[in-house]
Amino acid sequence: MTREILAELRGELGACMQCGTCTASCPNGFAMDVTPRQMWRMVQFGMLDEILQSKTFWMCSSCYMCTLRCPRGLKLTRAMGALKRLARERGTWKIRKNSAFYDAFMENVEKYGRVQETSLMPGYFLKSRNPLLPLHYLPLGVRMMKVGKLHVPSGAQKGRLKALFAKVREMEEES
Amino acid sequence: MKYAYYPGCSLQESAQEFDVSVRAVMAALGVELIDIPDWTCCGASAAEPVSLLMNYALPARNLALAERDLAGLDVLAPCSACYLNLLKVNREVVGHKDLHARVNEALGTMDLNYRGSVGVRHILDILVNDIGLDAIKEKVVTDMGGMRVAPYYGCQILRPYEVFDDPRRPVTMDNVLAALGAKPQPWDLGNKCCGASLMVTHPEVAMHSVAAILEAAEGLDAVATVCPLCQMNLEAYQNDSAAGGHHVPILYLTQLMALAFGLEEVSVLLDKNMSMDGSMRAGIRSRAWRQEPPGEGDETLVRET
Repeated sequence: MTREILAELRGELGACMQCGTCTASCPNGFAMDVTPRQMWRMVQFGMLDEILQSKTFWMCSSCYMCTLRCPRGLKLTRAMGALKRLARERGTWKIRKNSAFYDAFMENVEKYGRVQETSLMPGYFLKSRNPLLPLHYLPLGVRMMKVGKLHVPSGAQKGRLKALFAKVREMEEES
Repeated sequence: MKYAYYPGCSLQESAQEFDVSVRAVMAALGVELIDIPDWTCCGASAAEPVSLLMNYALPARNLALAERDLAGLDVLAPCSACYLNLLKVNREVVGHKDLHARVNEALGTMDLNYRGSVGVRHILDILVNDIGLDAIKEKVVTDMGGMRVAPYYGCQILRPYEVFDDPRRPVTMDNVLAALGAKPQPWDLGNKCCGASLMVTHPEVAMHSVAAILEAAEGLDAVATVCPLCQMNLEAYQNDSAAGGHHVPILYLTQLMALAFGLEEVSVLLDKNMSMDGSMRAGIRSRAWRQEPPGEGDETLVRET
């Protein structure tokens, strides 16, 4: 799996000419420890350990501005997604924790078929292992409740996607 | 005019006012929406970081359902993430032999198969290109009277696929707002990121984007959005000092359309918007921005009587 993701990344990013348009276009670049341009070079050089240690790709909000502007037409946002998958696969427990929300989201989809927000957030709190996180969301939760934005999880499509998830897991393990 | 409708999860949950106003506005325009039966989640922005195959299989399942049960209809997906995920299947899976076969192998567990014949459309695309601005204008019964609205397009309906608008200088929502009699405000932040799910994973980073957008929009009558996550991010943190303490109502474009079409409150659901207090709601209902300065208003009244 790791080799597959790395091969995908190096295939996509081989043509990067290091112009830095991606870095200049990124709304979250200020919070990255390695600029997007540098990250593509690290991928070209296969610097796996350094890549995993970086928090750059976890800051990507998938706005596709870099993809739009890349003069080489590289799918850079997609590459950020692949880097997240790589780190989720190969990273230490501490690194994998960055994926807590995505994991909680997918577990919620697997369970309910359609995302149930009031069940998703507690799932995320558990995975984040941060006991203070629920407090952060308390004021927002109260305001959402006041305007009727919180709902009891619906079981309408519960379990609908179980077979699909199982099949995809099986196919991904084979490859 | 008829479309297969994919509401997506958010529109059943925290963004019900978007769902309700889309359905009401489309009905008013004589457009029939048929829900894709048995639809499930598209994976939003969470599938791609977890599983590439799932990122394609989840939306493909819904397109396969539409292809089988609502043949010949384009899919209308109001949510930006849903729209992009569905569109991505047509762009990145269909015609790519190995991947297409893998996706269909996965769908095969549910006796589904996606050939690739379903068009994926955004609501702005349908409003401007299928229905047309003239037909929208005709339905306006309460002219929005120059309401100053900043059109906020967000990201994923404009990028990476350039389909119905210029991703650098989008205009479709400006044109719809103008057709309602509102005054779309020129600004540079209409296609800037709201932080999306980064607001959950790294709120301190996403808050910078939200603060910049709110600061630019402060003082206007409203910001119009067409995405449940943009709407949530822009309205939920207005009381947060990290977002700069800027206040402005964040409404769905379709809520504004429902107001202009004179639809009843049950189709507009202004009470669901967290960015508005009672006086803002009353102001929008009475179109407070139309009120002229007291002196002039009195004169007008005298002249009329």
